Amino acid sequence: MLLRGVALLAACFVAGQILGETLGRLLGIQANVGGVGFAMLFLILSQNELEKRGLFHIEMGEGVTFWSKMYIPIIVAMSSVQNVRVAFSNGVLALLAGIIPVIACLALMPLLSKLAPKE
Amino acid sequence: MEYIITFLDKNGLVFAFLVIGIIMYFSEGISKTLTRGKIPGSAISIFMGLVLAYFAGLQNLGKKGIADIPGFSGFEQMGGPMFRDFAIVSTAMGASFAIIKKTGPIGILSLFLGVIISFLSGVIIAYALGITDAESLTTIGAGACTFVVGPVTGTALGASSDIIAISIAAGVVKSILVTIGTPLIAPYIGLKTPQSAMIFGGLMGTTSGTAAGLAATDPKLVPYGAMTATFYTGLGCLMCPSVLYFVMRAIF
Repeated sequence: MLLRGVALLAACFVAGQILGETLGRLLGIQANVGGVGFAMLFLILSQNELEKRGLFHIEMGEGVTFWSKMYIPIIVAMSSVQNVRVAFSNGVLALLAGIIPVIACLALMPLLSKLAPKE
Repeated sequence: MEYIITFLDKNGLVFAFLVIGIIMYFSEGISKTLTRGKIPGSAISIFMGLVLAYFAGLQNLGKKGIADIPGFSGFEQMGGPMFRDFAIVSTAMGASFAIIKKTGPIGILSLFLGVIISFLSGVIIAYALGITDAESLTTIGAGACTFVVGPVTGTALGASSDIIAISIAAGVVKSILVTIGTPLIAPYIGLKTPQSAMIFGGLMGTTSGTAAGLAATDPKLVPYGAMTATFYTGLGCLMCPSVLYFVMRAIF
C-alpha cells in the first residue's frame, strides 16, 4: 500500500513533467512549461477521485507524505549546491538586477491581494 | 583516506542524508536557544546550506557549492531538480483544488505582472550602469526573471557570454534573496493565506526560491506558491526573447 502511494506520486510527476516538456516544445522554447504545476493538479485530482471511490488507503497517503516531509531536507541540500560565490562576485550589476526586481514585485503584493477572492 | 572519499562519493546520496540530518539537528538547536524559536529551524538550515555553498565555492572555485568537495558529490543528487520537483509535487496532497481554481485568474495576472516588472526593472538597472544594446539589455532583464530565463534568452538572441554570466548571477541572487527574505517579510505583506501564496509565487517566479522561502514561512503554503511559480520560467522564456525583445529593439 505504501508503495502504491509512491507510485501514484511518481505517475503524476511523470505525466505532469512530460506534459510540461511537450508544451515547451510546442511553443518552441527550451523550457518546461508548468510541468510541476500540472503534476500537482494531477495528484490533487486523482486523490479526490480515489477518495470518492473509497480506494484511497491511509497507507497510500503515507507514501506521499513521506516525500513532502523530505521536502525541507532536499531544499537544504539544494541551497548547499548553489553557485553562491558567483552570485556575490559578479559585480554590482548582477546584485542590483537580482535585488531590485524582487522589491518592485513585492510592492505589488498588497494591491493584488486586495483583488483576490475571499475564502 | 583516499578509499574513504571514494566510498563516500559512491554512496553520495546516503551520505548527504546523514550530513543534512546533522545540519538540521544543529539548526533546530540554534533556533530554540539563540532565537527562542522566532526564526524557524528550517530557515536557519537553508541559510547554513547557502553559507556552506559560498565557502565551498571560494575554496574550490567550482560551480556546484558543497558538491565540488571530494566526498560530498551526493549533495548534487539530493538537491538536484529531480528530487526537488518530486518533493514539491508531493506537497500538493491535501491542497484545496477549490482555492486554486478560485484564485487562478489572479494568479495568472500576477504571473504576467511578475515577468514584465522583473524584466523592466532589470533593463533599467542595466541601462543605468551603461549597457545600451538591445540584446544585452534583454538578456539581463530576462536574468532578473530567473536564472533559467536569462541564459535561454541570451542564447536565443546571441548575447555575449559575460552578459549571459551576469544574467545567471542576477537570477541566482534573486533566488537566494527570496529564499532568505520570504520568512522575514511575510508578516508585512500579508503572506499567510493560500491565495496570497499563489500571488506571491506568480510575482516572484524562481520556483526554488519561492518554495524554499515559503517552506521556512509556513509549509502549508508551499503547494500554492509552487503551483504558480512553476509557470513563471516557461512564461519568461516565452516572452523575453519575443515580445519583450521587440519592445527593447523598438526603443534602443
